[in-house]
Amino acid sequence: MEASSEKLSNITRLSKISIRTFVSQVPLLGWLLGALIAVALEHFVGTPFARALGLPKALSLFGFLIILKKPFLIPSAVAYVLLIYILPIGIVARSSASIMNKLAGKLLDFPMLFSVIIHLGLLYAVVHWWSDMSLYRNDVARFMLIAVMVTLSLNIINGYMGEFSCSHPGFLALGAYSASVFTVLLFVDDRIFGLAWLPKAIGPLFFPIALIIGGLVAAVGALAVAIPSFRTRGDYLAIISLAFMFIVKSLIENLEAVGGPRGLSSQPNWASLPVVFMCAVLAVWIINNFVRSTFGKALNAVRDNEMAADAMTVNTRRTKMTAFMFGAFWAGVAGGLYAHVVRYVNPGDFDIKKLAEVLAMVYFGGLNSVYGAIVGACGISLLGEALRPLALYKWVIIPLLLILVMIYRPTGLIAFKEFDVKKLIQPKKVSP
Amino acid sequence: MSLLQIDKMTHYFGGLRAVHNYELDIKPGQVWGLIGPNGAGKTTIFNLITGIYQPTEGKIILAGSELNGRSPHEIASMGIGRTFQNMLLWRHMTVLEHVKMARYSKLSYGLFGAFFGTPRRQKEEAESEEKAYQLLSIMGVDQFVDQIVLNLPYGAQRRVEMARALAMEPKILFLDEPTAGMNPEELVQMMKIIRNVHNDFGLAIFLIEHRMKVVMELCERIQTLVFGEVIAEGTPEEIQNNPKVIDAYLGKETVE
Ligand SMILES: Nc1ncnc2c1ncn2[C@@H]1O[C@H](COP(=O)(O)OP(=O)(O)OP(=O)(O)O)[C@@H](O)[C@H]1O
Ligand SMILES: [Mg+2]
Repeated sequence: MEASSEKLSNITRLSKISIRTFVSQVPLLGWLLGALIAVALEHFVGTPFARALGLPKALSLFGFLIILKKPFLIPSAVAYVLLIYILPIGIVARSSASIMNKLAGKLLDFPMLFSVIIHLGLLYAVVHWWSDMSLYRNDVARFMLIAVMVTLSLNIINGYMGEFSCSHPGFLALGAYSASVFTVLLFVDDRIFGLAWLPKAIGPLFFPIALIIGGLVAAVGALAVAIPSFRTRGDYLAIISLAFMFIVKSLIENLEAVGGPRGLSSQPNWASLPVVFMCAVLAVWIINNFVRSTFGKALNAVRDNEMAADAMTVNTRRTKMTAFMFGAFWAGVAGGLYAHVVRYVNPGDFDIKKLAEVLAMVYFGGLNSVYGAIVGACGISLLGEALRPLALYKWVIIPLLLILVMIYRPTGLIAFKEFDVKKLIQPKKVSP
Repeated sequence: MSLLQIDKMTHYFGGLRAVHNYELDIKPGQVWGLIGPNGAGKTTIFNLITGIYQPTEGKIILAGSELNGRSPHEIASMGIGRTFQNMLLWRHMTVLEHVKMARYSKLSYGLFGAFFGTPRRQKEEAESEEKAYQLLSIMGVDQFVDQIVLNLPYGAQRRVEMARALAMEPKILFLDEPTAGMNPEELVQMMKIIRNVHNDFGLAIFLIEHRMKVVMELCERIQTLVFGEVIAEGTPEEIQNNPKVIDAYLGKETVE
C-alpha cells in the first residue's frame, strides 16, 4: 500500500519535472506558432467540431461562459479546449522547439528590435484571428488590452511606489471625456457639439492626439492629488485619491456641456483592435523602460525606505510626483481608448465598482511586475465575463478570491519579477 | 580650508535638549571619531548635519556652502555620504541596484531617456554599473551582485551599505557604528576596509563608534559627547588619558 502510493507520488513528480523541462525548452516563438496554428484550426474547423461535441457553436471564451450558464456542457467544453487549443499548441510547440530555438537565435543576430517586431507580429496575428470569430471576442480582446494598460499604470503607483491610490477611475474618466470631447467636437455631427469642424476622413490621424490629450488631462488632474498628498510623509494619499475619484464623478454628472448624468455618445469607432493593440504595446514598452531605469527604481527605494533614498541623493518628492502623474497619464490614454471602444460613456462607468475591479487586477496579478499586470488584467477580465450571469454576486466572488490570494500570496501571483524582453525572446537552453 | 564646519549647533526634541553648542571642524582627508554613552546624541548630530532634522540653532557649512534649510537629498548630492546605525537597506532590491541607486544625482539622461531607453541612457547606466562593480569588489562583496540584499550575511550587508554610500562620490563619509554587531573576524575586515577607503579615495571620514579599539586605531581626532555636550576633544592619546572621559565614559570599558 505504502509502496504503491510512493510509486504514485514518484510518477507525479516525474511528470511534473518532464512538463517543466518541456515548458522550459520551448522559446516564445514556438508558443506563438502553436497558438497561431490553434486559432487557425479553430477558424476552419471550430464550428463543425463544436457541433459534433454537442455545443451550439464554437466556444466564445475558452468555455468560461459555459461554466455557469450551461454546466451540463462543461465536459464538451473541456474536450473542445483540449483538442482545439491545448493539444495543438503543445504538439506544435514541442515538435518545433529545436527549429524555433535555432530561429530565435538567428533573429538575435540582427538588432533586437527586429526580433521583437516579429514576435509582436505573430502575437497580433494570433489575437486578430482569434477575435475575428465574433464581435463579442473582438470586444473582449480590446477590453483586455485596455485593462492591461490600466492595471500596469496603477501598478506604478500601488506596486512600484508602494502607495495606495484610489483615484484611477477618476483618471480614466478624465481621459475618456477629454478624448471624446476632442473627437466628437471636431469630427462628428452631434446634438451637443453641433456640426463637425473637420472632415471625418482625416480623423483617425488625429486619434493619437485625442488620446494624448486624454492622458495629459488626467496627468494634470493627478497634480491635484499629488501636491497635497506628497507634501509630507504619511498616508494621506489613500483618502485624498478616494475623494478625487468622487469629485471627478460628480463634476461630470453636473457638467451639462458633456451630457451630465446621461453621458456622452457618438464617439467615432477609431479604437479598432490594431489601434488598441499598438497602444497597449506602447504602454508596456514605455512603462517597462521607466521602471527598469534608475529613475524608476528610485520608486522602489522610496517605497522600501524613504530616509535611505533621500540620503542616497534621490529626490523623493519629485520621484513620487512624476510617477503618480505618469501612471495617471496612461490611465487617461486607456480611458480615451475605452470611450472609443464602447462609444458611449457616462459618469456611472467610473465609480467605486471600477475601482474595485482595477485594484483586484493589480493585487491579483502581482505588485511591482509587468507580468503580474498582464496576468491580473487578463485573469480578472475572463473571470468577470465568466461570472456575468451571477450579476451582483460577481462583486462577492471577486473580492473573496482576492482575499484568498492575499492570504496565500500577499503580493499577488507574479510579483517582483523583471520583465526582460531579451530574456523573453531569446532561445531556450536545451538540456541534454 | 575646512571641509565641514559647524558653529554652535543646538537641537531640542520638544523639551529635551539632545545637542548643545556643538562645534566641529573637519579638514579634507581627516578621520574624526565621535564617542559617547548610549543616548548621548551622536546619531542626532549625524541626522542634523544630513538634513533629517533642522537644528534649532547653529550653522552648518560644507566646503563653503551652508547646509541649513536644505533637504536631505540636496545635502547628500553636495557631498555627504552616510550609513545608518540600524542599516537602512531596500528590502526588495538587489545588491547591484542598491549601489546604482546612489548614482541617481549623477545621471543626466532624464525622463525622456527613462521612457524611451535612449543610447545616452544605456551609456550612463552602463557606466554606473561598472562603477558599482568596482566598489563592490573593493568591499569584497561582488559575488553577491544579483542577490536581494536581505539574503546576505550581516557583515556583507554592512559592506553593501558602505559601497552604496561611496557610489555617490561623497566628499566626506559618515559611518554610524560601522562595526556594531560584528564578530571579531568581521570587525578586523571592516577596519581594514575603512582604512583602505580612506587611503584610496583620500576621503574624509566621520565615524561614531562604541568600540574603543576601532576609534583609537582609525581616528586622528576624537570628540567625546555626553548628554549632547562635547566634554573632550583631542588626539586618541589625549582622549584616552582625559580624566573627564575616563570618568564619564571609558571607566566602564577596558581600553585595549
Ligand atoms: N526623533 C526623536 N524624537 C525625540 N527624541 C529623540 C529622537 N531621536 C532621538 N531622540 C532622543 O535624543 C537622545 C539622543 O539620541 P541619539 O539617538 O542621538 O543617541 P546616540 O548617541 O546615537 O545613542 P546610541 O549610542 O544608543 O546610538 C536620546 O535621548 C533619544 O531618546
Ligand atoms: Mg546612535
